[in-house]
Amino acid sequence: MYTLPNKLKVFAIVFMVVGAIGMISGFLSVPGSTAEVKEMMASHHDGGHDAEASAEDSHGGTHEATAATDSHDSEEAHLEHTLHQLQNRPWSALYIASFFFFMITLGALAFYAIQYAAQAGWSPVLFRVMEGITAYLPVASVILFVLLLLSAFHVNHIFHWMDPELVNPESDHYDKLIAGKSAYLNVPFFLIRAVIFLLGWNLYRWISRKNSIADDTAEDHSYFKKNFKLSAAFLVFFIVTESIMSWDWIMTFDPHWFSTLFGWYVFAGMMVSAITVIAMVTIYLKSQGYLEQVNDSHIHDLAKFMFAFSIFWTYLWFSQFMLIWYADIPEEVTYFVTRIQDYNLPFFGMVAMNFVFPVLLLMNSDYKRVNWFVIMTGIVILAGHYVDVFNMVMPATVGTSWFIGLPEIGSMLFFFGLFVLVVFSALTKAPLVPKRNPFLKESKHFHY
Amino acid sequence: MASKVIHAIYNDDDILMNAVKAVRNEHYHIDEVYTPFPVHGLDKAMGLAGTRIAITSFMYGVLGLIVAIVMMNFIMIKDWPQDIGGKPSFTYIQNMPAFVPIMFEMTVFFAAHLMVITFYMRSKLWPFKKAENPDPRTTDDHFLMVVDAGHHDYKKMSQFLKDTGAIEISLIENEDDH
Repeated sequence: MYTLPNKLKVFAIVFMVVGAIGMISGFLSVPGSTAEVKEMMASHHDGGHDAEASAEDSHGGTHEATAATDSHDSEEAHLEHTLHQLQNRPWSALYIASFFFFMITLGALAFYAIQYAAQAGWSPVLFRVMEGITAYLPVASVILFVLLLLSAFHVNHIFHWMDPELVNPESDHYDKLIAGKSAYLNVPFFLIRAVIFLLGWNLYRWISRKNSIADDTAEDHSYFKKNFKLSAAFLVFFIVTESIMSWDWIMTFDPHWFSTLFGWYVFAGMMVSAITVIAMVTIYLKSQGYLEQVNDSHIHDLAKFMFAFSIFWTYLWFSQFMLIWYADIPEEVTYFVTRIQDYNLPFFGMVAMNFVFPVLLLMNSDYKRVNWFVIMTGIVILAGHYVDVFNMVMPATVGTSWFIGLPEIGSMLFFFGLFVLVVFSALTKAPLVPKRNPFLKESKHFHY
Repeated sequence: MASKVIHAIYNDDDILMNAVKAVRNEHYHIDEVYTPFPVHGLDKAMGLAGTRIAITSFMYGVLGLIVAIVMMNFIMIKDWPQDIGGKPSFTYIQNMPAFVPIMFEMTVFFAAHLMVITFYMRSKLWPFKKAENPDPRTTDDHFLMVVDAGHHDYKKMSQFLKDTGAIEISLIENEDDH
C-alpha cells in the first residue's frame, strides 16, 4: 500500500495556495471601465509589450489611422473591446487550466479502457497508476461543469455565442451564421450534452474502478470480463462524445470557424499528455521504492507511446493547417491568421516543443529507457500541450490582449496542486499493483 | 588450419534460448545460430554487440530530407515556378507547407531503402548468393547452433549439449578456415 507522504501533500497544498493567490489577484486586477483600460494602456505602452510587438504594430497602425480621423466613437469602441478582452482574461486562464488537467485525466481513462479492450499483456502493473490519475475525473468534471454553467448564466463572456443578442433578428448584433447554427448551438442543449458526456465518462470510471478492486479478491475472472466488455462499449461512447466535446468546449470559442478533424486533434493532444503523465507518475512512484515489478521495458513502452502520439498530434496539426492554408478561404483561414499574427511565438514555439523536441529526444531506443530523460521530455511535452490549449482558447476570448502573467500561471499552479493532491490521495486507497488480473504474470515478466 | 565445430539442432525457440544461455555460462564459444524466424532476445543472449543500423537510418533520413528540400527548391522555385492556387512561389519558405509531404516521404523513402541496402551489404547478401546455412531444416522448423569445438572434449561437450535439449548433435570438420 502506498501512503501519501506529508511532504507531497504540503507541496501540493502550497501550489494550490500560491495558485489561488495568483488567480484571485488576476480577477481583482481586471479593469472595471474603459477609463481604467485607457490608464492601463497609457502606463503599459512604454514597455512590457515586446512579446506582442508584431501584433501591436499592425494593430496600432490601424488604430492610429482611425484616431487621425478624430472619430472619438471608434476609440471608445476599441477601448470597450479591449475591456471585454481583459475581463475575459482571468476566466479564460482558469478555463484553460481546468480543461488541460481534465484532458489528462480523460485521456488516461481512454488509455486505460484501450488496455482492457485490447487485453494488453504489458500494462496491468500500471493499472492502479492509471486509476489514480482518472480519480481526478469527477473533480475535474464538477469544476468544468460549474465553469460552463457560469458562462451559460453570463457571469463571464468567454463563450461569445451564448450572447442571446446574436440570434435575435431584431438586434443590431444579429449574427446570421451563429443564428443558423442555433438549432445545435444553444445554451440548454449545450448543457444537456455536457451532462450526458460527463455522466457517461464518470460512470465508466466508477464501475471499472469498482470491478478492478473487486477483482483483487474474486474467485474467477468474471470482473475482468465485465471490465473488458464495459471498456469496449465505453470506447465507442468515448470517441463520439470526445469529438462533440471538443467542438462544444473548445471549437465554439470561434463560433464562425470549424474544422472537421478538430476532435481528432484534441484527442491526440489529450492522449499524449495523459500517457506522459502516466509515465511520470510511474517513474516517480518507482523512485520512491514502489512498483518494483515495473521495469525499464514498461517505461520504454510508455515512452514509445509518447513518441508516437507526439508525431500523430503533429500529423493532425499539420493536416489541419495545410488544408486551410492551401484552400485560403477567408472564413477558414482567419483562425490561423490571428494565431500567426498575434500569437506567433506560442503558436510556433508549441510546435517545436510538441514535435521537434520529442522526436529528437525520444528517437533513440536507449533514451526511452533512461528515466530522467523521459521525465525531462515529458515536462516539455506537457508544457507544449498546455500552450496548445492556450492557443486554442485565448485568441478567441482575449485576442491581442494576451499575456502570460498572474492569472495564467496562478490557474496552472492551482490546478496542478489540486491534480497532484487528488491523484496521489487516490493512489493510497488500493494496492499499487492489482492482485489477480489474468495478464498480471505476463505484465510482471514483460521484457523487451 | 582445420577447425572443428559442433552442430546442435533444437526444435523449439524457448529451449534454444535457454541452451544458448547455458552454453555461454560454460564458456563455450557459439559461432552462429541459424533460425527459421527471428527469435526475440537471441542477440542479447548470444552477447552480440548492438546493431548500429539505427544510426545509419537516421543519417539516411536526414539525407532524404536534404534531397527533398534541394529538389523541390530546384523544381518549384528556381527552374519552373508555377502559380498553383495563387500560392507564392518566389521563395522556398513561403511555399514550404506544400512541400512538407514531399519532405516527409523522401525522408522515409531514403531511410527505408538505404537501410535495407545497408543491411544486405553488411550481412553479405546479394542476388544468386549461395545459401550459407548448413542444414536446410533451419529454413523450416529447426534451430541450429554452431559451437566451436576447439580443444574441448567432444564426448563431454555433446553430452552437455544433449542435456540442454538438443535433438541432434554432429561434429563437423571444416577444411577451409572460418
